[in-house]
Amino acid sequence: MSNSGNPTVEVRIPTILRPYTGGAKLVSAQGSTLRDVISDLDGNHTGLAERLLDGDALRRFINLYVNDEDVRFIGGLDLALKDGDSITILPAVAGGC
Amino acid sequence: MVLHISAKHVSEIWDEAEAAHPDEACGVIAGAIGTDSPTRHIPMVNAAHSPTFYEFESGDLLRLYREFDDRDEEPVVIYHSHTSTEAHPSRTDIAYASEPGAHYVLVSTREEIASRSEFRSFRIIDGVVTEEEVVIT
Repeated sequence: MSNSGNPTVEVRIPTILRPYTGGAKLVSAQGSTLRDVISDLDGNHTGLAERLLDGDALRRFINLYVNDEDVRFIGGLDLALKDGDSITILPAVAGGC
Repeated sequence: MVLHISAKHVSEIWDEAEAAHPDEACGVIAGAIGTDSPTRHIPMVNAAHSPTFYEFESGDLLRLYREFDDRDEEPVVIYHSHTSTEAHPSRTDIAYASEPGAHYVLVSTREEIASRSEFRSFRIIDGVVTEEEVVIT
């Protein structure tokens, strides 16, 4: 059991990012905030952070959900996480003329 | 490479694009993973409500992908309309294309061409656009 300062969360990986996780669509990560979790993910799956972040902000067309809520509405990258939280990454489906 | 799509789905996509004009219409046709066969048509709300941009609303997107997971489906066709330009992926379309296995269908509702005349399909993989034949079944 992990301590409350470093929760373990599960992260669902979209198809386009699975090359970074060796094909895995579900991986585990640790961190007390979303920002920390991304750092942890990048430590185990190099290059993933750069696909998710633009500088230190979430890329505009990457959606992150924690327990099915879009993180942009509930605190963004500094959102505090709990053990067992479920994070889903989905690139936006978007485009224009 | 080729897209096989039913006449019914083609007609439905046109109905949506014309109803949404001058805003862009958008949606997907899902199919069983690995079959490359589009079977379940899911029109999506364009959260941008714009004549020059489309985006699936983030909650809709999550529900869509949860359904895919539950049903072992993937997005076989991802379509949208261009309302004043040709039915070809724009730089924006290419930059945001995030499903390498999908057929990206574009239709154009621009007023200077005959209605329902431009329905095209493309693969967009690693930023490279390749047009493909559309076979209507």
